[in-house]
Amino acid sequence: MKLVIFAGPPTCGKTTVIRQVIRRMLKKDYKPSFVKIDVLYADEDENINKEFGIPTKKIYSGELCPDHCNVVVLDEVVEWAEKNGSDYLFVETAGLCLRCSPYIENSLGVVVLEATSGMNLPRKIGPMLTLADIAVITKIDLISQAEREVFRYRVLEAAKDISIVESNALYGIGIDPIVKKIEKSNEIEIPMFLRGNPPVGTCTICVGKKEIGAKNHFGVLRTMDQELFYIGE
Amino acid sequence: MEIEKITIIGGYGKDGEKEKVDRFELKMGDIISIVGPTGCGKTTLINDIELFANNNTPSRRVILINDQPIPEDFSFDPKKHPIALISQHTNFLSDLPVGEFLKIHATVRGADDIELIIAETLDFANQLTGEAIIRETAMTELSGGQTRSLLIADAVIIGNSPIILLDEIENAGINRTKALELLKNYKKIFVFVTHDPRIALLSDFRIVIKAGSMQKLISTNQEERLAAGELKKIDDVVLHFRSLIRAGEVISEVILNESIKTLKV
Ligand SMILES: Nc1nc2c(ncn2[C@@H]2O[C@H](COP(=O)(O)OP(=O)(O)OP(=O)(O)O)[C@@H](O)[C@H]2O)c(=O)[nH]1
Ligand SMILES: Nc1ncnc2c1ncn2[C@@H]1O[C@H](COP(=O)(O)OP(=O)(O)O)[C@@H](O)[C@H]1O
Ligand SMILES: [Mg+2]
Ligand SMILES: [Mg+2]
Ligand SMILES: [Zn+2]
Repeated sequence: MKLVIFAGPPTCGKTTVIRQVIRRMLKKDYKPSFVKIDVLYADEDENINKEFGIPTKKIYSGELCPDHCNVVVLDEVVEWAEKNGSDYLFVETAGLCLRCSPYIENSLGVVVLEATSGMNLPRKIGPMLTLADIAVITKIDLISQAEREVFRYRVLEAAKDISIVESNALYGIGIDPIVKKIEKSNEIEIPMFLRGNPPVGTCTICVGKKEIGAKNHFGVLRTMDQELFYIGE
Repeated sequence: MEIEKITIIGGYGKDGEKEKVDRFELKMGDIISIVGPTGCGKTTLINDIELFANNNTPSRRVILINDQPIPEDFSFDPKKHPIALISQHTNFLSDLPVGEFLKIHATVRGADDIELIIAETLDFANQLTGEAIIRETAMTELSGGQTRSLLIADAVIIGNSPIILLDEIENAGINRTKALELLKNYKKIFVFVTHDPRIALLSDFRIVIKAGSMQKLISTNQEERLAAGELKKIDDVVLHFRSLIRAGEVISEVILNESIKTLKV
């Protein structure tokens, strides 16, 4: 089975892109499964199941960052998809913490970015962009050629080997090259490994410490002037 | 890749029938229009061109560059993307001052003399719009007409795109005659989707679309060009009245008849 992980900030167009991809995959007689990992609410699984009749599932990450959750549950998700008899598994994750990235070795990582999010976005999102194989830039129908070019340039500045696909996902423009790349991707290998290095240290905020100020936390910390230091074992 | 010409090979209309116009070519320097009623498929045709469609869109058209199709996974260098599409929804979102914004774009495009190219772009834009654009204005504060003018100027001069597609720009209050006059100085391919008879008649030829299908290619003949000249006079009266109303004048039938009389002389 092949695994494709779609990540990207909220409302960037992940589901719209995935629906266009699924439509084309079904025409080619593939059997995809779809999973959405989100924090508190998601309805993509129901909508996609209704529209295409393929197996779908949602997983709430609750107190974990969705990418973190992905790492913890993905092996079971893969088993589930294999039981469905699927040849492709599409995972949509709402990568919210911007420190980690959800991509797995030997699978395709797709980051979806909306061109309307401002020309500085590619400089802000770190590993979610730099560790991806493909960057899909959506909503190109809404912005000037100039901003589109600057956006594209800055994506390449952050991730020089990434393949860029510009898309008006509403009209299915730019989807075919994504499908081509998905078909050319590798079969997953078990055990699976996370791509790149996970973020340094444990997040004390994630585990529930609410006090403000570095003196109340441990792990890799920093001062206002960007100095990093470490408190702990 | 140096673009010399593109070829549009007809596909199928909404009814699944083959298009009557089975192919046409656009060469550098051509200005053409796409005409037809709302919903007939004008935007679809320019989307096909922008996509370099290769039998993979609903219309099943094929677009060739220099007689060759573009491979599906081909990706253009962002510095050299050959097509600029300015649609009804296209907008600037950046809130940077105009001067700084143009500087970033010129830098990304690898321009040699950045100051010069910015000045040229602003000068071009300011010939299209009534209200001059000032460098210090934030992009988001530009009026509709200023925005359209700058979108075009930026695509023509800084972007220097060889192919520029413009979707119904006439509603934006830019000076159309001036625009076409200026654009003729640049050896590019301009495709106008338009309901404006003047833009259509000032083009080299026009494609007529009905129900998703290219029905006719009409080359503008000498007689039509003359008609465009006459039409301009009528248009000028309308423009004159627009500026009167904008200036707070009260209009009467007498003033209108006066204007039409001067027009006939
Ligand atoms: N104009 C335009 N709108 C788009 C495009 N892609 C997506 N949209 C719209 O953007 C909105 C959000 O799209 P989704 O696909 O739901 O985004 P998402 O990333 O899945 O969002 P979450 O899963 O909620 O984080 C929808 O209203 C889409 O119709 C595009 O290319 N152009
Ligand atoms: N050749 C075609 N085959 C199938 N559908 C088409 C074709 N041409 C246009 N359409 C569809 O017709 C609708 C209207 O087309 P559009 O290009 O937006 O029209 P216009 O710009 O002229 O108002 C769109 O939904 C489009 O997908
Ligand atoms: Mg979604
Ligand atoms: Mg249209
Ligand atoms: Zn995280």
